[in-house]
Amino acid sequence: MNLFSIVEEIEKIDPEFNDRISPRRDAIKNITSFGSKVAIAAVPFALGNLFKKAYGQSASASVISVLNFALTLEILEATFYNDGMAASGLVTDTSYISQIQSDENKHVTFLTSAINAAGGTPVTASDFVYLDYTGGAGSQAGPFTGVFTNYQTFLAVAETFEDTGVRAYKGQAPNLLGNQTYLTAALDIHAVEARHASAIRYLRMTKYGATVLPWITSAASGSVDTSGAASNDTGVAAVNANYGGATPENTSVQGGVNILNLPSATSSTTTVAAATAAFDEPLTMSEVLAILVPAFTKPKS
Amino acid sequence: MKTETDLTNVNVNMARRSFLRYAGVGVAGVGLLSVASSCHKDHNVVPTAGVTDVGSGDTGILNFAYALEQLEAAFYLQVVATPYTGIPSIELTYLTDIRDHEVCHREFFKAALGTSAIKGLTPDFSAIDFTSRTAVLGAAKVFEDLGVTAYDGIAYNIQNAAYLSIAGSIVSVEARHAALIGNLITQGNFVSSDQVDANGLNISNKPSAVLVGANTYLKTKVSANSFS
Repeated sequence: MNLFSIVEEIEKIDPEFNDRISPRRDAIKNITSFGSKVAIAAVPFALGNLFKKAYGQSASASVISVLNFALTLEILEATFYNDGMAASGLVTDTSYISQIQSDENKHVTFLTSAINAAGGTPVTASDFVYLDYTGGAGSQAGPFTGVFTNYQTFLAVAETFEDTGVRAYKGQAPNLLGNQTYLTAALDIHAVEARHASAIRYLRMTKYGATVLPWITSAASGSVDTSGAASNDTGVAAVNANYGGATPENTSVQGGVNILNLPSATSSTTTVAAATAAFDEPLTMSEVLAILVPAFTKPKS
Repeated sequence: MKTETDLTNVNVNMARRSFLRYAGVGVAGVGLLSVASSCHKDHNVVPTAGVTDVGSGDTGILNFAYALEQLEAAFYLQVVATPYTGIPSIELTYLTDIRDHEVCHREFFKAALGTSAIKGLTPDFSAIDFTSRTAVLGAAKVFEDLGVTAYDGIAYNIQNAAYLSIAGSIVSVEARHAALIGNLITQGNFVSSDQVDANGLNISNKPSAVLVGANTYLKTKVSANSFS
């Protein structure tokens, strides 16, 4: 999303737009007086207003529901990295993790303001009974116990969060079909999640000896791998479901085309590794929620 | 018929010199056939002589993607065929994997488009020194970043949900590539500010802007006049 081109577009419709968001406005003046950090945080707020102005109407309930689903994931991710960075002595690769932490917090801010602007009610961290990054359904003693004391566990959970985030955004894209504002924004976040996933995998592989590549490379393809056992390349069996589903990561038929039967650089056919890694597959909203609830979080009813 | 499909059937073992000669032979034929193919479906687009237009509608979008994937695949085929000086084995592994993914994407679009596909494009990599790690990774970053901004920028035009899903399935893999290439160039450079904005969103680009970049590396120039 190019903020500046949006501002230009809005100015064509609303010549006073710059005045509205400039410090001459009292409200903004008050905000900026708190300091530059708050001013930066106000940028997405202004952008949210831009959405509303640009389209002159609230988004549909289904769009808001997609945005709130995305926001739920971003709150989980942002809090995860905030807690990890706050844990004394945990994070070694701070240049990597702090950038990801920053992005996820920006996504929370961005989506919150977008939902507000669209006339919806954004979810907040207080809407959840618990966040349990051990996957222990609130016991804080699940399969990833030690997630904030053992860096390898932290990275493994981070990798799965990012891969799952990519799949979750992808799954919502068809629900935003044709929507220039929200589909483009969702795909732009989706790409950043994929960049994060690649970076975490790169760290695990190059520094800590994990047998993963920056892309999800499945061992076998064939019948639908609902359980995710054949799709999951992370070496952590507890997260099989994050790689499975109705369209698992090891899918080799795309849009009716069997990728395995296509020519490759060196052969008249394509390997399972290449065919599965070349495409990331979506998870549906219900599939994602089944993974997250109740293991990692539970919404207040 | 080889001149029509030079870029899509490049043999990986071909030495660099013969690769370039082979690619060069295709220019005239590709231009003619491409213009012919872009005429018959588009009603509102006046083709420019010698320029391949991707067409309109979802077919146009798939052809736009096909053009970019042809370019990426050709680049990595060359990178792996003539690796840069002193390439570490792990980097050759990464780049070979990426080559294989891009060839998958190229072949997927070719198969999905069938007779609606634009012809094979002829690349022009004369500006890239394939013996230099810096030059090769720099060009790889350009191609991967370009691919991500291209898919994200055109996606809202897609009318068929299945095509949108597939575009989504490909763009995240391009983003994975982009992040790796960024990290290979400079450790920790996977969400650089030239690609990710102040809101934490990847930038996206209109096809016209994407093609300005892509055409720099194409002898067969491509346009997307329906999507400008």
